[in-house]
Amino acid sequence: MTTPKSLFEKVWEAHAVRTLANGQTQLLIGTHLIHEVTSPQAFGMLRDLGLKVAMPHRTFATVDHIVPTDQLVEPYRDPLAQAMMDELRRNCAEFGITFFDRATGKQGIVHIVGPEQGITQPGTTIACGDSHTSTHGAFGAVAFGIGTTQIRDVLATQTMALGRLKVRRINVNGRLRPGVYAKDVILHIIRVLGVNGGTGFAYEYGGDVFDRFSMEERMTVCNMSIEGGARAGYVNPDQTTFAYLKGRPYSPAGAAWDEAVIRWKSFASDPGCHYDDVVTIDAASIAPTVTWGINPGQGISIDERVPDPAQAKAVDERSSIEEALAYMKLRPGTPIKGTRIDVAFLGSCTNGRLSDFQEVARFLKGRRVAAGVKAIAVPGSQIVALQCEKLGLDRVFADAGFEWRAAGCSMCLAMNPDKLVGDQLCASSSNRNFKGRQGSPTGRTILMSPLMVAAAAVTGTVADAREVFAVNQN
Amino acid sequence: MALAKISSVTGRAVYVPGNDIDTDRIIPARFMKCVTFDGLGEFLFHDVRKNDDGSDKPHPLNEPRFKGATILLSGANFGCGSSREHAPQAIQKHGFRAIVAENFAEIFFGNCTTLGIPCATAARADIARVAAAIEANPATEVVLDVAAQEVRFGGQRITVEVRATARDALVNGRWDAIGELLDGLPAVQSRARALPYLAA
Ligand code: SF4
Repeated sequence: MTTPKSLFEKVWEAHAVRTLANGQTQLLIGTHLIHEVTSPQAFGMLRDLGLKVAMPHRTFATVDHIVPTDQLVEPYRDPLAQAMMDELRRNCAEFGITFFDRATGKQGIVHIVGPEQGITQPGTTIACGDSHTSTHGAFGAVAFGIGTTQIRDVLATQTMALGRLKVRRINVNGRLRPGVYAKDVILHIIRVLGVNGGTGFAYEYGGDVFDRFSMEERMTVCNMSIEGGARAGYVNPDQTTFAYLKGRPYSPAGAAWDEAVIRWKSFASDPGCHYDDVVTIDAASIAPTVTWGINPGQGISIDERVPDPAQAKAVDERSSIEEALAYMKLRPGTPIKGTRIDVAFLGSCTNGRLSDFQEVARFLKGRRVAAGVKAIAVPGSQIVALQCEKLGLDRVFADAGFEWRAAGCSMCLAMNPDKLVGDQLCASSSNRNFKGRQGSPTGRTILMSPLMVAAAAVTGTVADAREVFAVNQN
Repeated sequence: MALAKISSVTGRAVYVPGNDIDTDRIIPARFMKCVTFDGLGEFLFHDVRKNDDGSDKPHPLNEPRFKGATILLSGANFGCGSSREHAPQAIQKHGFRAIVAENFAEIFFGNCTTLGIPCATAARADIARVAAAIEANPATEVVLDVAAQEVRFGGQRITVEVRATARDALVNGRWDAIGELLDGLPAVQSRARALPYLAA
């Protein structure tokens, strides 16, 4: 009998090329995804060193961060954005890399495009110069966010130097209550384990809840692994994974499909394999969760009050609560529910997929965005946009008073025209609530699930979607 | 490509207090609209250093007495957030050669090491001792001895830790992995042949 192994170990071993002098592993990266923000400097370094791209056919590009979602025609109003667009086009043409440019109809946020095209597959290694690369782990891939110098390394050698990670299994067992979503699961996990609780780990998510989750829900959770400090996050591949991949443009077909499924299955963690840590969470204990502070671990359930620094156990905790409340302009010990919002943002690589818009549209029909609230709905990819439009969801959002936009990162990070102004407070389905994240140095972000964003949009306040939309009765 | 062997960094230091200083704080995203890293140093910590009208906010990096510091001291979970190398690049382009903090976010740590910026971890109380010394006398010479894993300053010393793989890479001048990775290319090709999804 061979020793049982985790998916992480199996994928690592299948891709380990050799041990480097410093003890790290030269790890083969099967799939390299690039976008306009972090790759231009890497191509510059490549040129300086006179190197070529080792496997252009395993490198895929898209444009997401800087694209305006309200302007389709080039040149873009922002010349810097246009320059980044041009640079990516030039680099892809020169090095023979597939680019899902806007004209292809397949452009979108890199973490939405990879899965959608069937490029993201189980048992593979993936790297991208973007921290939310962990999203791809939903397929049982080991996926790393990397820096620009490492992008250069992967371009030049299709490998990177990396130390092996530990694996923490996180079981979420039982059933989620109505109105509780994948987003709440990951906000809860980060709240419990902390924003750096995952340092040195890959998170393996499993248990009843993940077994039942769709691929899109798994992606939402894996996406935010990095917010919990984990270097990667994944779910073991199963029938849900294979069903999602079947028939996608880059999925194997015919006889190759059957072989691929057999191979993919073999990567799933073996029963009884070793985990460096195991955490078990009861699904029923998870409530709709919202952040109150300036990192994604500062979350509470919608029924709770924002913390009071006076109650903090440690000095450190007290000062971080004080800092967060001062920035968020929230008063200690007050309920988060009822806090007035200015902007509602639905989108991002966390929650910008078809199912996110479908779920919201189901409840939003016939409702109106509250007066004074700016609400935008931004599909994560052109394909998601098209799917939504075919189903008439764009109408539902527009009728409710949301602006329906073109695909991109939009207000998740403010490298495009979608930005908060002054100290506006945004109910956001994205993944980061850092100071200034959404474009204004004093702008404020409350992270939540898409349906909670819709509830905030229609009431103009942080609200419990279960009450606003009578979710329990549906 | 011969790389410098970074066994120590000597210079003046500046203490930027706070935990969870994230990469958006280090370099706000709007400054990442660039196709080279040149010029990022100017925008380091921009939004906590500058008012909207361009005037200075109170911040250690704005204080003339700490100008020219090459060692950055900070709190816990430094560099959390994005994988953007723009953050360590901004730190390096601003003139910093080393960082000492309670601990570091994973990707940030790796990015720094690859750029030859040692990231040393130390106990909070010890960082506070260094901070107190430079507060009393900003001209204090601070030595981060990567090899010996200690910081020496004004006749005192504290123990720090530089993770073994990073220490080896820095001290032996192999912090930029590209040369070694390129040497491995034949082995990469044979490894790739065993993985059907990599077929052209
Ligand atoms: S949607 Fe936000 S988190 Fe996702 S890739 Fe774009 S900027 Fe990054």
